[in-house]
Amino acid sequence: MDAIEVDHLTKKFGDLVAVNDISFSVARGEIFGLLGPNGAGKTTLIRMMTTLTPPSSGTARIGEHDIVKDADGVRHVLGVIPQAFTSDPELTARENMLIHAKLYGVPSDKRAGLINELLESVDLLKFRDSLVRTFSGGMRRRLEIARGLIHSPEILFLDEPTTGLDPVSRTNVWEMIRTLRSKSDLTILITTHYMDEADKLCDRIAIVDHGKLAALDTPERLKDSIPGTDVVEAEFVNAPPDWLDQLRALAQVVSVTQRDETVHVSSHDGPSTVAALMDLARSSKVTVKKVLVQSTTLDDVFLHYTGRELRDAAAHGAGYDISHLYK
Amino acid sequence: MKFYRISALIERDLRKFFRSPALMMASMVFPLVQLIVLGYAFGGKIKGATIAFVDEDHSVESRRVREMFVGISAGAQTFRVVDYDSLPRAVDDLRAGFVRGVIDVPLDFSRRYYQRDRPRIAFTEDNTDQVMASALLERIQQMVSELNTPDVSPRLDSQVQLNVVEVYPYVEYAKYLLAGSTAMAIFIVAMIGGGITFIDDKSRGLHEGYLLTPIHKTELVLGLIGAGAFKGLLAGMALTIIGGLLVGIPRLWDPVRLFYLTLVVLVASLAMISLMFLAMVRVDDPLVPRAIFGVLNTLLFFPSGAISPIEGFPPWLRWLSFIDPFTYTVHALRNLTVKNTGIEGIYRDVIILSCFAAVMIAGSIALFKRQI
Repeated sequence: MDAIEVDHLTKKFGDLVAVNDISFSVARGEIFGLLGPNGAGKTTLIRMMTTLTPPSSGTARIGEHDIVKDADGVRHVLGVIPQAFTSDPELTARENMLIHAKLYGVPSDKRAGLINELLESVDLLKFRDSLVRTFSGGMRRRLEIARGLIHSPEILFLDEPTTGLDPVSRTNVWEMIRTLRSKSDLTILITTHYMDEADKLCDRIAIVDHGKLAALDTPERLKDSIPGTDVVEAEFVNAPPDWLDQLRALAQVVSVTQRDETVHVSSHDGPSTVAALMDLARSSKVTVKKVLVQSTTLDDVFLHYTGRELRDAAAHGAGYDISHLYK
Repeated sequence: MKFYRISALIERDLRKFFRSPALMMASMVFPLVQLIVLGYAFGGKIKGATIAFVDEDHSVESRRVREMFVGISAGAQTFRVVDYDSLPRAVDDLRAGFVRGVIDVPLDFSRRYYQRDRPRIAFTEDNTDQVMASALLERIQQMVSELNTPDVSPRLDSQVQLNVVEVYPYVEYAKYLLAGSTAMAIFIVAMIGGGITFIDDKSRGLHEGYLLTPIHKTELVLGLIGAGAFKGLLAGMALTIIGGLLVGIPRLWDPVRLFYLTLVVLVASLAMISLMFLAMVRVDDPLVPRAIFGVLNTLLFFPSGAISPIEGFPPWLRWLSFIDPFTYTVHALRNLTVKNTGIEGIYRDVIILSCFAAVMIAGSIALFKRQI
């Protein structure tokens, strides 16, 4: 049996459909990523799955427990690290862990050892008696991951675990998640809007946009699923009106799109396409201002499936019309 | 319902409470300042009020009246007498606030005295200050009664006399106010610990962390209210003891009295924190509890009889005091601190406060949303 089964989950807030009929399943021991821009519906989906928000329709099974019929059972098997920090800054790291251990009913004779073990695993043991308000963002996130594991959950939810962290802290958190995975058969569900994070950590990725599931597969298969293996990004000066058509006619080129000044050329062979492109520009007296070739990334996957880049989607609040909220 | 979850929340709050003395200090400073300043500013015996004495008669009898006034000013020191030679000037000074009252012995005083024709003395009072006016009037009426006492008492006296029996030794106003100040300290803890901190924790996302655990909403509400009640108990007892020592409550360390005080402060804390919790259970904006702090303070403190008797209130205010948990807190604490009664003086208040808390807690549990 899969660890998580999401069955046509939908959440509406008035006229706004935040999560629209999403279904997927996560196998035991898998690291599963929900990838999407801010406002795509990831956090609402997580909140429904963690029983914080009731679904408008549909349901999900977490472990053996239904989120609608057996919310209490769900809370026992889940460890959740929410997007916002929820550790108490006025308590020490150990006290935060202790209070949660008590809330989960961890036997008193096991608490102290377990707390030390978990703090050690996130490299915070020497800070166990420091107030959390003195912690950096990365330390606090690591503490919350340790706290989420205090009751030995079967499934761990991490809602944007590295948002707001510096690059070093992000790498530390990634390392922790990998270690967790290697030491146990913990099922991990991560939401993120960082492509590299999803690419590096996840066994499978679901792309969520506008509350809908746009694609779901392994990172490699997702990349393979879009036309071309390489992407050439270029900027031109004095390009003629039919320039994009001329580029499309080049050998190995799969597709050509333009966003602002930059032309994106999908190709089966990036380096040879760059050479052909330079020859064409020289013969057509078009100046090449910039040219860059790279392998297909999840960014390209996201662009392919949603028709826009992740950073644009994030910048535009995922395109929701929220004007009705201000009427 | 699992008690270990409730105790975990109580433990969390108490660890924070004992780590930072800010809440304890904040809950103590204002009621103590109020007790000392208000307690000694109000309700003390009036002494040294300046009275203008105008003797228009200049007779032996009028001088006897003046000597009586001067005698009182030297004894009880309620007022001190200043002679004026002109009634209009004395009244002008009364209007200007330089004197607090004017005694006028008119020109025909001695003639009427000897003719046994109801000799009169006039007392002109500044009735804008009712406290001062009534205190002076009472003293002057006593003095006039003494003037009317015959030099030789009749063998059989048919006049009715009122003998006043005071059940308790004289109670200074500060002692009277101590119950109200203790109730105020509990209220401040309820307001800061139960209102402001609760909403702040909610807006900082700390509650989300607890909602993700298997805790039930009843356990969550009881845990938060229990922690608040314990903090209220500590603040209330600290203020009772410190305030009691400051204002001189005798035999404060009587163990039975301390037990009853603890009982009353505990149920009062429970009632106030649960009232605050019910008021805030659906509030998310951290500004709301701060904005209503002053309003709630006025609505709860003043109608409770903390600073003046409820019997002096208009009917609508009496209704407010009837439903105000402060009223029963003040009544019970005053019985214990000023009168040192036993359980018979507090059991009704304890029952009412307990029932009030039970209703508030039930309402809080019903309205508490476990979901975001």
